[in-house]
Amino acid sequence: MSEERTVTEADLQAYADGRLAEARLAEVEQWLAARPEEAERVTAYRQLGDELHGVYAAVLDEPVPQRLERAARRRWRWRTAAAAAGLVALGGLIGVLGDRALHEWRAPAPAPEAASFVRRAVVAHATYAPEVRHPVEVGADQEAHLVAWLSKRLGAPVRAPKLESVGYNLVGGRLLPGDGSPTAQFMYQCQYGTRVTLYLRTDAASNRETAFRYAREGNVRVFYWVDRKLGYALSSSDISKEDLNKVANAVYQQLNP
Amino acid sequence: MSDAERLVELIPRLRRYARALVGDRASADDLVQDTLERAWAKLHLYSRGTDLRAWLFTVMHNVHVNKLRASRATDPLEDEMPELAQRAPQGDALLVRDLERAIGRLPSEQREVLLLVTLEEMSYDEAARTLDIPIGTVMSRLSRAREKLRAMMTGQAAAKLKVVK
Repeated sequence: MSEERTVTEADLQAYADGRLAEARLAEVEQWLAARPEEAERVTAYRQLGDELHGVYAAVLDEPVPQRLERAARRRWRWRTAAAAAGLVALGGLIGVLGDRALHEWRAPAPAPEAASFVRRAVVAHATYAPEVRHPVEVGADQEAHLVAWLSKRLGAPVRAPKLESVGYNLVGGRLLPGDGSPTAQFMYQCQYGTRVTLYLRTDAASNRETAFRYAREGNVRVFYWVDRKLGYALSSSDISKEDLNKVANAVYQQLNP
Repeated sequence: MSDAERLVELIPRLRRYARALVGDRASADDLVQDTLERAWAKLHLYSRGTDLRAWLFTVMHNVHVNKLRASRATDPLEDEMPELAQRAPQGDALLVRDLERAIGRLPSEQREVLLLVTLEEMSYDEAARTLDIPIGTVMSRLSRAREKLRAMMTGQAAAKLKVVK
């Protein structure tokens, strides 16, 4: 028998968690033996802990949603993709340029006309990017035909940029209605199934260039810009703004070699 | 093993904790996704060789607190999670729903401590470092969380008995 040291609330918590050192355990048990109400309380704590485990155990066995697996692998993909293309050193520079473009633009809300363009790009992305069986009208296996066809319908030479350097492959494209004239969408996919779409329209009103502009609608992020006769909007609902910015830079550089 | 593979391996643990923390599945998975994205953005702050799991829980805690703050800015009452969807409870399901609800009614900071210690089985010291609070605060929050939970669960039992009478 030892002299009874004061048993603290922290001791009782540790007792409920089964974390008391053996010597102390005996003392606390002795203390509890004389206090049935306290004993009942810590027993209830223990039981609640067990029940808590039981309630949430099933989550561990649930299949992991794709979006989470993609999020876990994201940066690794970027790093390897960039390294493969020897772009690591360039990355910083591109980032700076992208940031500058963003700064330059931090101006008024998009003009109504641009807002409608972004809106259409977002709707087109949200409609077709999740599509499993028919994501595109014409597949990448007929790229020459796809590009010729869209160029003809849009009334301007259109190109599908090659984005392998940032980890994305062309899936294909489709023709879409726009405000008064047809628009087009190219779809790209990375090896984990993440998709980005590039939405295009002819911007006959002006022969100008703008910096990248950024918008977000719901969970869809968009970079959009005008380059000579064409307006572009690059959308994604799965990748971060920074990653999307990198893809936008790659698109821009492909189209302006 | 690459960082990505280790992260993927930890997803089920993060999801379980997030589910208990915020209640519904979609919001919980949103929290996990935001956590993973933030983890990548902050990976340079992670010191190699230390416990990646504990570090991720710290990241999740920060993301969660920021989200709470943002939602409080719009709705000052948004401290507790919304009522969970009503299902027809039977047998164990009744306990599950009651316990989930009771956990949802705990103040967020007490809920976090309780879940890290009981569900994640972190030591008090690990929980303190994860949440960046003193160990004494861990102990007092744990004690308060448990007592509230017990009161809620036994209160419910008492209420049911009364109805039966």
